[in-house]
Amino acid sequence: MSKTIELAKVVGQQVLNSSTKLIEVYAPKIANEAVPGQFVNVKVCKNTAPLLRRPFGVAGVNREAGTFTLMYRIIGEATHILAEVCSGDELSIVGPLGKGFDMSAKKPLLVGGGLGLAPLLFLAQGFGVGKSDILMGGRSASELFWTDFYEGLSEKVFLTTDDGTAGTKGTVMAVLPELLASGVYDCVYVCGPVPMMKAVANACLEANVKCQVSLEKYMACGLGACLSCACEGIGKRIKVCKDGPVFWAEEVGEW
Amino acid sequence: MVNIYDGRLAVDIAGVKMATPVTTGSGTFGFGLEFTDFLDLEKVGAVTVKGTSLEPAKGNKGQRAVETPSGMLNCIGLENPGSDYFLEHTLPELRKYDVPVIVNIYGHSPEEYGAVAKKLDVDGVDAVEINISCPNVKVGGIVFGTVPEAAAEVVRAVKANTSKPVITKLSPNVTDIVAMAKAVEAAGTDAISMINTLLGTKIDIERQRPVLGNITGGLSGPCVRPVAVRLVYQVAQAVSVPIIGMGGIMCAEDAIEFMLAGASAVAVGTANFVQPDIAESIAHGMLAYLDRHNAQSINDIVGLALPNGKASMPYFNK
Repeated sequence: MSKTIELAKVVGQQVLNSSTKLIEVYAPKIANEAVPGQFVNVKVCKNTAPLLRRPFGVAGVNREAGTFTLMYRIIGEATHILAEVCSGDELSIVGPLGKGFDMSAKKPLLVGGGLGLAPLLFLAQGFGVGKSDILMGGRSASELFWTDFYEGLSEKVFLTTDDGTAGTKGTVMAVLPELLASGVYDCVYVCGPVPMMKAVANACLEANVKCQVSLEKYMACGLGACLSCACEGIGKRIKVCKDGPVFWAEEVGEW
Repeated sequence: MVNIYDGRLAVDIAGVKMATPVTTGSGTFGFGLEFTDFLDLEKVGAVTVKGTSLEPAKGNKGQRAVETPSGMLNCIGLENPGSDYFLEHTLPELRKYDVPVIVNIYGHSPEEYGAVAKKLDVDGVDAVEINISCPNVKVGGIVFGTVPEAAAEVVRAVKANTSKPVITKLSPNVTDIVAMAKAVEAAGTDAISMINTLLGTKIDIERQRPVLGNITGGLSGPCVRPVAVRLVYQVAQAVSVPIIGMGGIMCAEDAIEFMLAGASAVAVGTANFVQPDIAESIAHGMLAYLDRHNAQSINDIVGLALPNGKASMPYFNK
């Protein structure tokens, strides 16, 4: 498995909600190599500002077509530029980067919130139709457009919202203990805001269910060179970009 | 050294024979091995590795990098696995490639610098580069990189403990960089590399706090290039040891600018993060420049823009 710099051709973009978009790019080398949990580093334009590439978790691949998708929130300078990119435009992309999820679970439960649901979507795709269940949390129903992507891919879709406009009222922790207690799942995969990942990881450790987390840290290179994302693991230093971004919950020493 | 490009880009920096004048800024290229998917290490002039200390170091807590206009701030804090780990695990891997290895070293006292230099005085290390930008705990708050006599003391300590060529990396955060350069030259440095990063701070205006865990960080990237070129231009007129110029080089043209200002070699830094094959690919643009200016060797353009330089100006002469 090797990393490459690929000049990707934009296939198209899709609006997911007022601040979130999906972009599909033709980059056959990366599309062929990427596994769930890995990310790519995108240069959104050729200028020196914004200078650095931006990391995005791969949200799905179509190996036959040679394409993959990314989902992103329009939040800063780089993502505003990315949001204006049109089909046919070219983007320099480095990838696939990092280590992906462990795929050995018999009955996986995916738990996510916000853009954390993008890499989990690729994971659900990797497990195959009907194999995984997904528990997703958001502030309100408008954030859970994700159900459109997971329905028909994951077997069961559980929802929670802070305001109760969809699914169970509360965070994913309002539902998770019951799901863990059911004994159905042998591994939980969580990607989302840090408080969510921390709570889910702790609940899994207590319930003695294996748990993988996908961490996010500011990174400049994504290659393990700059050490921007290096942090404390249990008994050793870890680089989120290279040793992760996926870790077993018990490997994480610093959230 | 591999003979490539008909030797037209070959340079000799204080005995370090480089196939191209391009090395890598310490801290921006890891240990080189992180980049082998993207480039041929043997087509890089020399690999300058991450700052290495006697003992392993964890670096700073909190956010350690942030982008700024056409640049970035970092406050990694010299995290590294230590000299023993480097010698045991990293150097043997690097030595599988026919490329000079320059090890950037740092310590907390002249004695400690000397001790690291001694430890690294082994086969397979081609030169050491002294990082004199870290806080001087021994002399109480001043920095080796800002006081000429303190810098000279470090250089002497390293020279006394190594048989390798010694490169001293200068900090731009000084009032008079020429005084620093003259001091390290007098103390025996074999070459000078410049510049290290410029100190900067970024505030998160919503949180109303500095973004970086360390509050200040080192500014790098194309935004610092004019500052770096100016400093190289000044130092090149004041010393006779070769200069490795760096600061925001993103392409061959940027590198040429440093060489015209008096640098005998260059280093790409932040650009490695953006374009991980740059340390190799930049050479092609240099060859094109030589052709355009009817120059046979890259050595022929060093310092041409200096007051005593002889700019070729082929377009104007025609």
